[in-house]
Amino acid sequence: MDRRAERALARRRKARRGQAIAVVSTVVVLGGLAALVLTSPGWSEVRETFFDWEKFKEIFPEILVGFWLDIRVFLIVEVAVLLIGLVVALLRILRAPALFPLKLLATVYTDVFRGIPTILLVYLIGFGVPALELSGLPSEPVVLGGIALALSYGAYVAEVYRAGIQSVHRSQRDAALAVGLTEAGALRHVILPQAVRRVGPPLLNDFIALQKDVALIAIIGVAGEAFRIAQIDASLDFNYTPMIAAAMLYLVITLPLARLLDHWERERGKRYS
Amino acid sequence: MSKLAFLLIAPVFALAVLAGCGSDDDEDTSTSASAVTADDCTAEKLETLEAGKLTVATDSPAFPPYFEDDDPTNGDGFESAVAYAIADQLGFEDADVEWVVEPFNSSYAPGPKDFDFDVNQISITPKRAEQVDFSSPYYEAEQAIVVNNDSELADASSLADFAEANIGVQIGTTSQEAVEAEIAPSEAPQVFDTSNDVVSALKNGQVDAVVVDVPTAYFLTATQIPEATTVGQFPAPGGDQWGALLEKDSPLTECVSFAIDELSSSGELADIEAEWMSEATKAPVLE
Amino acid sequence: MRGGAAQVPGAPVLEARAVTKSFGEVEVLRGIDLAVREHEAVALIGASGSGKSTLLRCIDLLEDIDDGDILLDGEVITDPGVDTVGVRRRLGLVFQSYNLFPHLTALQNVVIGQVWGRGISRAQAEQEGRALLSRFGLGGRENDHPDQLSGGQQQRIAIARAFAAKPRAMLLDEVTSALDPELVGEVLAAVRDLKETGVTMLLATHEMSFARDVADTVGFLHEGRLVEHGPAEQVLSEPREPETQRFLRRLLDAHRA
Repeated sequence: MDRRAERALARRRKARRGQAIAVVSTVVVLGGLAALVLTSPGWSEVRETFFDWEKFKEIFPEILVGFWLDIRVFLIVEVAVLLIGLVVALLRILRAPALFPLKLLATVYTDVFRGIPTILLVYLIGFGVPALELSGLPSEPVVLGGIALALSYGAYVAEVYRAGIQSVHRSQRDAALAVGLTEAGALRHVILPQAVRRVGPPLLNDFIALQKDVALIAIIGVAGEAFRIAQIDASLDFNYTPMIAAAMLYLVITLPLARLLDHWERERGKRYS
Repeated sequence: MSKLAFLLIAPVFALAVLAGCGSDDDEDTSTSASAVTADDCTAEKLETLEAGKLTVATDSPAFPPYFEDDDPTNGDGFESAVAYAIADQLGFEDADVEWVVEPFNSSYAPGPKDFDFDVNQISITPKRAEQVDFSSPYYEAEQAIVVNNDSELADASSLADFAEANIGVQIGTTSQEAVEAEIAPSEAPQVFDTSNDVVSALKNGQVDAVVVDVPTAYFLTATQIPEATTVGQFPAPGGDQWGALLEKDSPLTECVSFAIDELSSSGELADIEAEWMSEATKAPVLE
Repeated sequence: MRGGAAQVPGAPVLEARAVTKSFGEVEVLRGIDLAVREHEAVALIGASGSGKSTLLRCIDLLEDIDDGDILLDGEVITDPGVDTVGVRRRLGLVFQSYNLFPHLTALQNVVIGQVWGRGISRAQAEQEGRALLSRFGLGGRENDHPDQLSGGQQQRIAIARAFAAKPRAMLLDEVTSALDPELVGEVLAAVRDLKETGVTMLLATHEMSFARDVADTVGFLHEGRLVEHGPAEQVLSEPREPETQRFLRRLLDAHRA
């Protein structure tokens, strides 16, 4: 056998050995974990309380319907978040003196709404706004919850946009001005398009987090929301399986998004190496 | 090793776990009468959490008329009184009773408990009894509807009047089922986490009416929202009995039940109820 | 501000009068007097940090000057109230590191300033743009993105982009300094092409042979001052000032080494 074939064979053997080791170690570790869990003293209780198949079958359709509400809230709120974030980021970046009070407001907004836990915001807005008893203000919990989420995530996204815009090198602005664009034109045609491409992955990250945090609207009593339905049923029958069902539905959405995010970041790494 | 393989293994594992827990064994979940006697149920013999002490749990804040001043140790309030009466029946001194806080949502979680029994207006249901032990019931609750005084529903005379109303209930209470069964409103009731949230919702007009059990309604209208009134009461479907909650298969269940049965037959339970809950039962019955 | 051809007959296209500029504590330009006449190519040579880039950026109004005046076609452009955008549309600046817009194709880079800056119709701008790219040897490359092109190709696109506005003068800031040696030639050829069609230009450069080849006059900047300015051949071969002599000698030694 010539040298090249020898080397190829050795490489193949090494690869196969590597794969075999991987399989064995996976089986051992997962098997070990499974054994640990399944033989623990409280396992049968936990299994009955968290993994009750009958209960799962019973409650799943209702939770699925509730999850549809989650998805709708998520889509609407995400659009609002992207808009709020962009407006606030631009206010913070632009330097026109006339915008100063708005700029100040934007800074206060991002500091405050990133500084307060989202769950608190949902609670404060969900219960505080109706307490003001001003006519014309929304009072439906799902709307108030959506507003709280939009304000909270809008602040994070504004910072993502701002970082994205500032990450576009100053020389791009110089070049844009040099070809005869105005400041506004430079922002619109040169800086923002580049910033938007960069902020894709961090935005998707926030997107995934928002999808999960939609569950927070349950605490202000939004009827028909998946987590809420799970909570209510759990408290009625003292069985947590509905929570597992709700969790699985969340995974159905967030897992593919997380994989997409990974893929996207890898692609970006290749392009701008 | 391919990612694909891993992605296949993980859900298979999860499904195996779920499938492995096939049928629930329908154990005997009755909370009925004990085969124990008074001799079996003494402080020395009982396997309490702490030898010689009785650890009782309830939620915080602890509301009237079940507790007073958020202090279960003062013996005031219906459930506080019942707890001390049970302790006495089992041969514990008042000083031997320790109180701990247990939020409702964790009181039924599996695993060892921090208490010997929990009194927190918990309704006994067969499904719940599969996960925890209940003592004999110590109270039978009716449901009450509370509205703001200036609401047009304040003049309601039947349950049908509430069919279009926005109703609020607290999570984990029989009220939700009662509302859905007896009133069947066109919009599903809004469920709140705590009774405070229920109160806020009514105050702020987020809901037109709230349904809570009768003694709670009394406290609500007397103290928390004076501008509200109890329109009427109605029975929950299948009745609503409250019992003390204990760890599944607790060695204390039979004795605690025994104690409650004794208090019931001696009339002491009725006295306690009369002392703390009499005002509560005055609302007209709605059909 | 009135645009168009020179307002004052005989006036230089570009003029710097006593231009002074500091960055913080550091004085980068210390009273520069310089004129560029129509069709003239002026090369600025000098060590890094001598102020060449800064002067070009000041002329294109990317930086404010501290003192002095800059004039375009006889009108002061550094006064407050001047239409800076309008001025920049009459000048073409090419950067050392090309600064192409990475999210646009070559053709889009060339036309963007025309369509969104000067309001030219896209069709016309693209037609002119294609012609320009062709002229600089980039005919088949108009739909490529910068990251698919070599440095020499990118810089030629940058030149086309700057020239697309038919500027009164081209400002070339060390346009070959960032290039690998084998790519320098194609860019120099493009600049020579412009010179041959009579484009007025002010170029900062390290390449003495290029200066000799293209420039009519050469100015030597030393520590923020224009120490010597005269015909290219004379300044480069027989410089009068000692600083110029020292600089050129050092350059020569470096080349030989």
